Amino acid sequence: MKKLMSGNEAVARGAFEAGVKLAAAYPGTPSTEILETIAAEYPSIYAEWSPNEKVAFEVGIGGSLGGGRTLVAMKHVGVNVAADPLMTFAYTGVNGGFVLISADDPEMHSSQNEQDNRLFGKFAQIPILEPSDSQESKDMIKIGLDISETFDTPVMVRMTTRVSHSKGIVELADPITHTQTKFDRNTFKYVMIPGHAKVRHSVMLERLDKLAEYSEQTPLNRVESYGTKLGIITGGISYQYVKEILPQTDILKLGFSFPMPLKKIAQFVQSHERVIVVEELEPYYEEIIRAAGMISVEGKKYFGRKGELSPYRVAQGLHEAGIIDKVAGAEYDPAQLFPRPPVLCPGCPHRGLFAILKKLKLTVTGDIGCYTLGTLQPLEALHSCICMGSSIGAAIGLDKVNGSEQGVVAVLGDSTFLHSGMTGLLDAVYNRSNATIIIADNRITAMTGGQQHPATGYTLMGQKTKQVDFVALCTALGVDSVRTVDPFNYDETMKVIKEEVERPGPSVIITTRPCVLMPKRIMDTPYEVLLDVCNGCSACFRIGCPAIAPSKELTERGRPKAEIDPDSCTGCTLCAQLCQPEAIVLKQPAGKAK
Amino acid sequence: MDNTNKNILIVGVGGQGVLLASELLSEVAIMSGLDVKKSEVHGMSQRGGVVSSHVRIGKKVYSPIIPYGQADILLSFEQAEGLRALDWLGPDGQVVVSRTRLVPPIANFGKFSYPDDPVADIQKKTSRVIAVDADRMAHELGNPRLVNTILLAVASKHIGFARDVWDEAIRKLVKPKFVDINLKAFARGCELAETPAKR
Ligand SMILES: Cc1ncc(C[n+]2csc(CCOP(=O)(O)OP(=O)(O)O)c2C)c(N)n1
Repeated sequence: MKKLMSGNEAVARGAFEAGVKLAAAYPGTPSTEILETIAAEYPSIYAEWSPNEKVAFEVGIGGSLGGGRTLVAMKHVGVNVAADPLMTFAYTGVNGGFVLISADDPEMHSSQNEQDNRLFGKFAQIPILEPSDSQESKDMIKIGLDISETFDTPVMVRMTTRVSHSKGIVELADPITHTQTKFDRNTFKYVMIPGHAKVRHSVMLERLDKLAEYSEQTPLNRVESYGTKLGIITGGISYQYVKEILPQTDILKLGFSFPMPLKKIAQFVQSHERVIVVEELEPYYEEIIRAAGMISVEGKKYFGRKGELSPYRVAQGLHEAGIIDKVAGAEYDPAQLFPRPPVLCPGCPHRGLFAILKKLKLTVTGDIGCYTLGTLQPLEALHSCICMGSSIGAAIGLDKVNGSEQGVVAVLGDSTFLHSGMTGLLDAVYNRSNATIIIADNRITAMTGGQQHPATGYTLMGQKTKQVDFVALCTALGVDSVRTVDPFNYDETMKVIKEEVERPGPSVIITTRPCVLMPKRIMDTPYEVLLDVCNGCSACFRIGCPAIAPSKELTERGRPKAEIDPDSCTGCTLCAQLCQPEAIVLKQPAGKAK
Repeated sequence: MDNTNKNILIVGVGGQGVLLASELLSEVAIMSGLDVKKSEVHGMSQRGGVVSSHVRIGKKVYSPIIPYGQADILLSFEQAEGLRALDWLGPDGQVVVSRTRLVPPIANFGKFSYPDDPVADIQKKTSRVIAVDADRMAHELGNPRLVNTILLAVASKHIGFARDVWDEAIRKLVKPKFVDINLKAFARGCELAETPAKR
């Protein structure tokens, strides 16, 4: 049977067909749908959202030790968080097959950097598979698990946003039954104390030799021959772009890219007059090939090492290399029009919080989540954002260096706090920081599309479970002042923040309004603007609500009055609280006189 | 370059149903026995940003992204987004655009302004433009979220495929509760495609 599937759906299907027993992940674009699909479609697989990627990876290690086939998935930066177990699990090797999905995000469609995790696979010295479409995404999960078990190693399947989120036709197969081998208490293999780890390091290096041999033989690394003098070495999504532009040119497609098939590459290079490498982001293939002595091979000088490639960019690079004629079409300039940056939704509970932080002119270290949008116009009240969990540490350091009069505030979301904020809070208590930490608790992982987490009360598989109590948790960590506040109550929230910023010692403020979109859409009676009362002061514009727009009606001084879209206003009341002339009122049902 | 593929670019703003439209289109192509690839980037787009979906249909499709400047059809659910994406359109390409106007908050602070008449700007660059007041029609049908289906129906005349295949795709992919209203919206869109005066 054939089905249209995204790369992520195909990965989930591959896990199912390969008899995977356990899947663990922390959400992160572009990887999130893998676990969502597994949980929704393949209930035979135990699937969980872990609090962060390190835990997900470790749960995966346990699954593998127990002999079950295991998949862990994360976005590229998630691998940074999971790097500690990864680097050493590469020494111990596996029992049940283990694949790590690293979903990279060239172009940073939804990320804070665009690191190329092929370098991570090489660093950890584990095999890397690079699918270039949905069918291969499915196939490579199955092959990856076989490789993992045959060579006793974790395997990285490196996706990119374009492969994860593009859909293509996939041929489905029936699932196999994987026979599980029991956990053996082989402490030499699984307890990495120096004496054992030294042995395992040698084992790992020997394994690499075998994998290098495999890399030469596997059909995942294949030559497509048309007898041209030009040869292209490529892999991942770049392969599709090359095929689009040069459908009849010799290609060496790398599907298994660590260790690299150097003999096969040497043969390809020798049999072509000119060889060009086309790859996204880092010159990963190119450097390995050139380091192996094939220095005539070219690549990055034509294609650049940042952003996403596209048929257009590949064609341009090939033109620069003198291979094809100039490509039609001007440089695409999305900046020619007004930008349409992402915004906080109408009724988002984060909005009032940032309006207040701005008003108080506080220094705010931020974190990653929907609330990071608090940095954009018109709120502009979040001043740093590096990685998940970084806000608290950054606030502590800033406060120590600049002195407490500054009143440093850290803002982070509920999921982010549980991911990697708790240890930062512990530091704030332990080292007597004066920082004020605001947990913007909207009771969901909103940024990535609404996933459950330990404080939502539900698991990925839909079971009811214990719900973290943030107040009790922060109190237990040693914070003396932990307060909750309704962020829809502007004056009250303002008062609480002021008090806590002034209070010596660390304090925590937890906002209590749920996300308006997830898990269910919240819609109250909308508000409307009484145009005869509105004085055009624009206070409501300055909270950046997409439901509020300038109306055609102007004030005497020519300033636009405001207008509220009744279809998108959720009735959160924030703009009404800020409207001095009280022009914003609950919308009257149609037909009723005002 | 391989020009035998049909390239359809669908653009709009988060929440307008760009993804459902491209799913329907892909499904129709699969049911007709063709190869399909489609690509979009989700993530931040959910927060009111630009959403675009590339759909490519043919005997064999490689790149999931349309080569720049080679879209056969540009289907836009929002006027200014149609303008933004216009350079993707190929020389003989057809634009189908909704007169929907979604002004982002950023246009309220003076730095940027929303164009007065994006449809007119599009028409300055190409004569093959069908502009539809899909908002009004969706409201008439009783659900403002039908803009996508209406527009898709208008474009279907240029995309091809038999009408019953489209209807079948709607039955297959749309939530049961909304199937009927979407079938109605599709029928309205098809009528419109035939009777320019009603647009
Ligand atoms: C290490 C890492 N993992 C995952 C992500 C993707 N990601 C960005 S924000 C976020 C969680 C946001 O949830 P929360 O903190 O509850 O804030 P909200 O979006 O709900 O406001 C995730 C999972 C990331 N950027 N980095």
